[in-house]
Amino acid sequence: MKKRGLESLVTGMVALGFSAGALAQAAEIDHAKADAEFAKFRAEMEDSNPAELFELKGEELWKAKRGPKNVSLAESCDLGLGVGKLEGAFVKTPRYYADADKVMDAERRIVWCMTEKQGFKFEDIAKKPFASGNFTPDITSLVTFVAGHSRNMKFAVPLNDPKVKEVWEIGKEITTYRAGPYDFSCNTCHGSDGKRIRMQNLPNISKPEGAIKGVFGWPGYRMTGGVMLTSQWRMNDCFRQQRFPSPKYASDTVTALLTYMTANSNGQLYKGPGIKR
Amino acid sequence: MTKNLKLAALATITAFSSTPVLADALARAKAIEIIKRDFEPRGQADLDRLAEDGLQAICNRTGNSPASENAKRLEADQLAMVKLPADGKLMGDWKAGEKLAQSGRGFTWSDKPGLPVGGNCYNCHQISPKEQAYGTVGPSLYQYGKLRGNTPDMQKYTYNKIYNAKAYNACSDMPRFGHVEALKPEQIKDLVALLLDPESPVNK
Repeated sequence: MKKRGLESLVTGMVALGFSAGALAQAAEIDHAKADAEFAKFRAEMEDSNPAELFELKGEELWKAKRGPKNVSLAESCDLGLGVGKLEGAFVKTPRYYADADKVMDAERRIVWCMTEKQGFKFEDIAKKPFASGNFTPDITSLVTFVAGHSRNMKFAVPLNDPKVKEVWEIGKEITTYRAGPYDFSCNTCHGSDGKRIRMQNLPNISKPEGAIKGVFGWPGYRMTGGVMLTSQWRMNDCFRQQRFPSPKYASDTVTALLTYMTANSNGQLYKGPGIKR
Repeated sequence: MTKNLKLAALATITAFSSTPVLADALARAKAIEIIKRDFEPRGQADLDRLAEDGLQAICNRTGNSPASENAKRLEADQLAMVKLPADGKLMGDWKAGEKLAQSGRGFTWSDKPGLPVGGNCYNCHQISPKEQAYGTVGPSLYQYGKLRGNTPDMQKYTYNKIYNAKAYNACSDMPRFGHVEALKPEQIKDLVALLLDPESPVNK
C-alpha cells in the first residue's frame, strides 16, 4: 500500500508537471476549457492521489501514544461521534462539543484533543501550523487522515443545533465585513455569481454550488508549492489577499467561516482529501 | 467626522430596525467582537486594518446600499479628499499605465513594505484586448475612451474614479487607490491615459 502510494506519487508528479503547463496554455485560450481539463486531470489522479501519503502518516500519528500524557488520539479523541470513531466524522464538522463548550471545525477539534488529552502545548502547535517547503505539521497529516474517513460522503453540518446556527450567523456576518486598505470583505470576491480574478473563477460561497467549491478538496495537495494544506490554511490565505492581518490559528473567526461555508454545502458530496491548483 | 458618520449609521439602524435587522445587528456585533480578538499583526498588515473607517462602517451596516441621501453625502466627502496632480495635467503615459495595470502586488502581509504597489486593474477588469487573462469583478473597460471621448471632464472623472471610486459610488467594490496612497497622482495619470488616450490599445 505504502509502496504503491509512493510509486503513484512519482507518476502523479510527472503528470502534474505536464498538465500544469498544458493548463497555463489552455487558460489563455479558453477559461471553461481549462477548468474542464483540470476536472478531468483531477479525476485521473484519483488512483494516485498524493494526499494518501499524508493519510498514512496521519494514521500512524492517530494510533500512536504521544505527548506528555502518553495517550493516543484513537483512544481519547471524540470528533463528535464517539471516542475514536472516524467514519463520517469529518463531514459532520464543524459541530458543537459540550466538553469544550465550543463549536469547532475538525482541525481545531484535533488540536483540542492534542492539548487536552495528550498534553501538547497549543503554542507549540500554533507556532508553525501550516506546511511549507519540506515541512508538514503533524496536525496536517492528522486532519488529512480524519478527512479520508469521510471520502464520498455528504456534508451534514448539524445546523439544527442552535449553537452551530449561531456560529453560522456570525460566519455570515464576517463574510460581509469590509475593512483594510482596499475595503475588501469576503463577499467582494465571493458574494456573487460568475466572477473572476484574472483567470481564477470565484465561487459564490453564499450559495450551495459555490460553497461546495470552497470546501471540497480540502485538505488538499497543492500543486503550487507541492505541499499538503488544510482549510485552516485556506482561510488564512484568503485574509492575506483581503489585505487583512493574519487570523490566529484555530480561532473563532476561522471556525465561523468554515461553519458558514461547510453548512452551506450540506447535502453535497465530499470527495475526500485531493489535489488543488 | 468619522464619529459623526458612525452615529448617523447607528441612528439609521435604530430608526428602521425590525426584528430580523436586530438579529443581524446582534450577529454583526458578535462578528466584530471576535474579529477584533482573533487577528495578529503580520508583516506590514497591522491590527489597525481591522478597524472600519466611517464609510466602511456605513457600507457594512447597510448591505452596501445606504439611503440615497446618505450615499450622496458620503460620495461628496470622498470627492472632496481627492488630490489632483501638481502640474494640473491628468493624462500621463499609457504604456506606463499598461505596465502598472498588470501588477496585482501590494499591501498583503507577504509583500515587502514600501514596494511599489500595483494598479491591480486586470485582476478585475478587461482593459486592453491584448490581455486575455482579465478578471470580471468590475465592468469591462475595453474601448473606454472610444465610447466616452477624452474631454477635460471625462479626464477628471476618470482620474477621480481611480483615485477614489467611492466618490461616485459610496460602497463600490473598487479600492480607493489614491485615497489610501497605494498609487501616486503620477501613476493615476498613467492609468487615465491607458483608458483615454486615443493611441492606447484600449481605444484601437
